[in-house]
Amino acid sequence: MTDVWPQLEPLLANVAKPARYIGLEDGARTPHHSPDKVAWLLSYPDTYEIGLPNQGLQILYEILNENPHAVAERAYAPWTDLEGLLRDRNIPLFSIDSHRPAGLFDLIGFNLSAELTYTNLLNMVDLAGVPVRSAERRPEHPLIVAGGHCTYNPEPIADFLDIVVLGDGEEVITEINEVVRDWKKSGRTEGSREHVLRELSHIVGVYVPSMYVVTYEGANLVAVTPRYSDVPERVEKRTVADLAEFPYPKTQLVPITEVVHDRLNVEVFRGCTRGCRFCQAGMITRPVRERPAEQVRTMVEEGLRRTGYDEVALTSLSTADFSGIEKLVGDIVQSTDDGPPVSVSLPSLRVDAFGVGIATQIQRARRTGLTFAPEAGTWRMRQVINKLIREEDLYSAVEAAYANGWRRVKLYFLTGLPTETDEDTLGIAELARNCVQLGKAHTKSPSVTVSVGGFVPKPFTPFQWFGQNTVEELRRKINLLRDDTRKSHGVQVKWHDPKATLVEGIMSRGDRRIGAVIEEVWRQGGTFQEWNERFDLDLWLAAMASHGLDPEWFTYRHRTEDEVLPWDHLSAGLHKDFLWQDWRDSLAEVGLPDCRWTPCYDCGACTGYSIEHIVASATPPAGGSQGTGQDLGTSVPVTLLGRAPVGTAS
Amino acid sequence: MARCWERALRRAELPVAITEGFSPRPKMHFGLALSTGHESLGEYLDIDLREPEASALDLGALPERLTPFLPPGVDVETVSAIERSELSLQEAVTVCTWRIEIPGVTPEELEVNVRTMLNASTLPVTRERKGKTVSDDIRPGIISLRVVGATATDAPEQGALLEAELATQPRSVRPSELLAAFDPPRNEGRVCRTHQWIITDGARREPIPAHATSRAPAEAGAR
Repeated sequence: MTDVWPQLEPLLANVAKPARYIGLEDGARTPHHSPDKVAWLLSYPDTYEIGLPNQGLQILYEILNENPHAVAERAYAPWTDLEGLLRDRNIPLFSIDSHRPAGLFDLIGFNLSAELTYTNLLNMVDLAGVPVRSAERRPEHPLIVAGGHCTYNPEPIADFLDIVVLGDGEEVITEINEVVRDWKKSGRTEGSREHVLRELSHIVGVYVPSMYVVTYEGANLVAVTPRYSDVPERVEKRTVADLAEFPYPKTQLVPITEVVHDRLNVEVFRGCTRGCRFCQAGMITRPVRERPAEQVRTMVEEGLRRTGYDEVALTSLSTADFSGIEKLVGDIVQSTDDGPPVSVSLPSLRVDAFGVGIATQIQRARRTGLTFAPEAGTWRMRQVINKLIREEDLYSAVEAAYANGWRRVKLYFLTGLPTETDEDTLGIAELARNCVQLGKAHTKSPSVTVSVGGFVPKPFTPFQWFGQNTVEELRRKINLLRDDTRKSHGVQVKWHDPKATLVEGIMSRGDRRIGAVIEEVWRQGGTFQEWNERFDLDLWLAAMASHGLDPEWFTYRHRTEDEVLPWDHLSAGLHKDFLWQDWRDSLAEVGLPDCRWTPCYDCGACTGYSIEHIVASATPPAGGSQGTGQDLGTSVPVTLLGRAPVGTAS
Repeated sequence: MARCWERALRRAELPVAITEGFSPRPKMHFGLALSTGHESLGEYLDIDLREPEASALDLGALPERLTPFLPPGVDVETVSAIERSELSLQEAVTVCTWRIEIPGVTPEELEVNVRTMLNASTLPVTRERKGKTVSDDIRPGIISLRVVGATATDAPEQGALLEAELATQPRSVRPSELLAAFDPPRNEGRVCRTHQWIITDGARREPIPAHATSRAPAEAGAR
């Protein structure tokens, strides 16, 4: 059986949102399987609506399908209603392209962007008819592979994954494909699985958990060491040096049903050197690599024409920092002037008047709400987290927003940050009230929404040593803020339930022992844990207890400098002593300006891989790094696109 | 489907009229809704075009121009211009023809059910509406029923094939309501809407009669 559609179709009348399961997107490829091609099932462990827009998977989908020795299809987690029907009838997990059973693929690859999806990964592997534990798989089973930001600490799911990929996937996927192709050609004989995994461990960027032994002393992890001398002691991430070589996705998938981020998405740069200390994405994706503006324009123009979308998002970790962003945005707005109305969106806005200026340029209509992320309520706290936004920057941004016709401002904050005091928490309320006050000059009833999330420390950040706030402490802080703003007219406070932060914390910095907990929660039916209505803290606490593991030890405890961290055998390019120094600076309330326009701090991300920041302009943005107005000088130590380096990188 | 149509119209670069206001949208008017999971051979859509570009448009070429930009299985069959004074599709269409597969029943058994139903003077059904139980009669909305025979061999389950003409006004009768009103209630297999009818002065016609072919047309009517 290579197509489950005949059994699946009659079930679709009885499930919610059946369009999730039929594929048929514009841009989807017709798969042609053959013994000569390695078959990949690219999967997202959440619903179709959330997984389909994932850019990483779409990029790999195209690269693999362009490879004559590979074929790729896609799968998403079936919702609980369909899962029940599939299990009752012994229908396996299937690809949505050709409804091919998942077990027939050579690899099932997962993008892991959120820790709470881990139980869904196990569920999908199980639905595929594959043993959930790597050790129990046989040569006929697909290899289970994962990539994405969560895999910088894959230890909690190490027992379930055959291979883990660190960093950018564009190049390494082809190298993996070649090794697996040889394995397939050799007939995947008895005992060959161990052999192919060992081969794969030789590829830079590939981590094979089963090739390592984990040693504990009492409760403490003391070492993760390779079993064989040819397996690397430390696995380095992969970094694509030049984004211009990968203008993907070329044909972004356009679904027939509504999904999140339902618009054209064009990645304008990768990496970020602002150095916000809480931000894992900014740390692990260094250095900054910009796409040439000309290529961005082409991708936008062709993408809009091909898809029919009327909205394009210029994506990155901080799009307003793109060199020459004003000109780029101006060009895009102008080029779409004579056609149907097109809106351009920047997923993150810089907190200053410059940022609002760009928003004004692109959003001529629909000026309803603007969002800023100051992240913390006081300048002291913002120096600790290195989000160097002065109050004046925020106020000038908010003033500009109201002056240009926006009526609502949304502010994002984190709570539970290192050294946070009640004064910092109440500073959030103060900022919000001041913003409302500024708005009164321009509109009768200005509205400021404050959104607060609980902070979870992540691997490969300076805060990886920090003991996170307890659920109770986060609740207390949120209540403090709510009480303080109760009578503040125009200020609304929204917050995320902090109880999920405990489980996220366990999985963010946990070690291999957490695997048994994830498996037990999955066996108890704990899937779709990132969905509020399905999240069940008690299930997690019970599973931790039954394995003799203390949640507080994993989450609330500050780590010491000499502690072996579960991800020490992996590398995001960052020197551990750089991170430790940054952690000390943080506690000393010392900020660190953006290294794109200042001398190198030797974090390791450039020098370690002999690559440099690639930006299109040597002119730092107006207002300096993060609006601090710092003197950036004239000599910019960066590599310009298509030109010889100016200055040096280190 | 609305978003698919919007994207297709932009890709085909049709001079579609745009709504005024803060969030401009192309002016489109859909006909009767089709339940999720039901097929159709006769769906219609009105699209407002911009003048003067609309006059220069070759309507006959539109099906080929639009179909490649729509999801597989959605084919534009025919396009014709209509007067602005014409009623909207939702107001104009009063009857639909349905082809309904009913699994687990022989054509003979279904024939008996159909006769009983047509002989009934009333067919009261109750349904929940905003927390209240509402009861009404669907018999006036059942225009005709005809057992066509056994289901085709490619049907997922064997059974009988029913052709039903059901009113959409003043009270619309859905195929599921019809099947639930049989004694005993029957299960729904595959359901396909084959025709939509506009009745004027006792004569029935489809929304685009001039181009009607053996397959019922899908319309993109330009006003």
